[in-house]
Amino acid sequence: MTTDSTFRTEMIEAREAPDQRRGVIGWFRANLFNGPINSIVSIVVIYLLARLVWPFLEWAVIDADWIGTTRDACTGDGACWVFISARFESIIYGFYPDAARWRVDIVFALLAILVAWLAVPKLPYKKWVALFALVGLPIIAYFLLVGGSFGLEYVPTRAWGGLMLTLTIAVLGIVGSLPLGIILALGRRSKMPFVKGICVIFIEFWRGVPLITVLFMASVMLPLFVPGDFDFDKLLRALIGIMFFWSAYMAEVIRSGLQAIGKGQTEAGQALGLNYWQRTGLIVLPQALKLVIPGIVNTFIALFKDTSLVLIIGLFDLLAIIRAGLTDSNWLGFSTEGYVFAAAVYWVFCFSMSRYSQYIERRLNTGHKR
Amino acid sequence: MSEATASQTTASGSDRPMIEIDHLNKWYGSFHVLRDINLTVTKGERIVICGPSGSGKSTMIRCINHLEEHQQGSIVVNGVPMTNDVKRIEQIRRNVGMVFQHFNLFPHLTVLENCCLSQIWVQKKPRAEAEKTAMEYLERVQIANQALKYPGQLSGGQQQRVAIARALCMRPEVMLFDEPTSALDPEMIKEVLDVMIELAHEGMTMLCVTHEMGFAKTVADRVIFMDQGQIIEEAPPHEFFNNPRSERTQLFLSQILGH
Repeated sequence: MTTDSTFRTEMIEAREAPDQRRGVIGWFRANLFNGPINSIVSIVVIYLLARLVWPFLEWAVIDADWIGTTRDACTGDGACWVFISARFESIIYGFYPDAARWRVDIVFALLAILVAWLAVPKLPYKKWVALFALVGLPIIAYFLLVGGSFGLEYVPTRAWGGLMLTLTIAVLGIVGSLPLGIILALGRRSKMPFVKGICVIFIEFWRGVPLITVLFMASVMLPLFVPGDFDFDKLLRALIGIMFFWSAYMAEVIRSGLQAIGKGQTEAGQALGLNYWQRTGLIVLPQALKLVIPGIVNTFIALFKDTSLVLIIGLFDLLAIIRAGLTDSNWLGFSTEGYVFAAAVYWVFCFSMSRYSQYIERRLNTGHKR
Repeated sequence: MSEATASQTTASGSDRPMIEIDHLNKWYGSFHVLRDINLTVTKGERIVICGPSGSGKSTMIRCINHLEEHQQGSIVVNGVPMTNDVKRIEQIRRNVGMVFQHFNLFPHLTVLENCCLSQIWVQKKPRAEAEKTAMEYLERVQIANQALKYPGQLSGGQQQRVAIARALCMRPEVMLFDEPTSALDPEMIKEVLDVMIELAHEGMTMLCVTHEMGFAKTVADRVIFMDQGQIIEEAPPHEFFNNPRSERTQLFLSQILGH
């Protein structure tokens, strides 16, 4: 008897997916040379890269001078990194007094240890380390760097400079703008018209003004408005300006994350009896911040690079101190080395932040939405 | 009609009204969504609310824990009158558990953490004690072996059972169910309904918005039919299904049972 239905007697076993990769040559074939047009494009690009990269390597590494202390060491055709090594101390510390540089070293070391501790997931006591990094470190750093107490020599902030100043501005800018940005973002979504109004005005004001204007205002205009004997530090003024400026950007990044969290999450929190701050801190923010990690780190990176703008108000950050070195009559004509080195330092910091953010994103991924 | 139901429900619990809704009116802008709703639910009573979509059934139960604000009338939950005061609302919410159509589990927390969160932060229980309670309820909805997974790793039916356990962890006096099985694949509906039936047999006061008529027949003390923001009919299930009085109800039942 025939029927028009079919049925299986045995289930098909699951098999491994076929291997798509066939070694290095296979990869080249599949990605660079799969067809005449792609092959031509690949060859042209490889040729151009070789023409550009090789001369750079020749200049920066092969023909470069590395050893020496003075200009006389610069004999080769390539870069003369002696310029950097001779001025290395001032690139790091600026005009910070020689005798007190150990204080900067301690702060650098503390910062490095704390960042590493927080970045490596296996290490314990994260909460306490984070608390120390946010509260303890700034206090210790303040007393060490500024001095004037505990028998330490007073070092005015105008003597700060170089990488140390760049990192001070960047770290404080990052640590200040993130929480301020969160508060502004929450405020902008508030149902209270007064709170909302204040936040909208704040964000739109700071976002609408160029950072250079903010810095000029902080350094030139502000002293005109405050009473003469009330002198507050130029670096501090610049820092507050940078913090406010970037917190406005941060607020909009975070608001986009808050927007993406469904109403159901808030409602579930409400139904469980959690109050506003509990719902925000335990349910909405952790999810929203996780979503906008790329945007937050993007803002951090922009902030880090824009610290170089402080040179226009006479603060000698990394870039400004290298520029200052170029005007040294002993070292005229080494601007390429100086700028390449500055670019490399900025790039290392920014690229590290970028990689770390991607790592964090992968680690926080709990699989699926909802 | 209401007297008849009242006398019937005395058997399942004390006479104390758990929820009293009196002349409740609500508007969305100028749209009148809830029209003069009167409903009294005694302790231990199980109520099923049905009706076509847009009839205001979800809105009504969401008013009970103030997820929706009403403009007129009063709601008293377990003796506490609802006001706009945040503290008062939170006090009521602690006694009212809710299960949502889309589960609304917290995706960044494990199943266990989902169940502990409000115990720790609202009831201020120590973590160990909260976890013990959570495991107890997860055991009851038969999902304790998934406690350390994230909601995204579970099936819809499993997620909804976790959501029920999460609400029960607060030891609420009333449970509100807002279409708990509507977002589930057909083969998962039963596992959720079984949990709800068990809960009903334990004497929990329940208000369920659902289209599961089998569930209504099995556990409901009263079935309420709503249309256009009003309660059209209110009757014990055998009466409701066998001789619905209003034409609107008859039409609805023929559509929902006829397919």
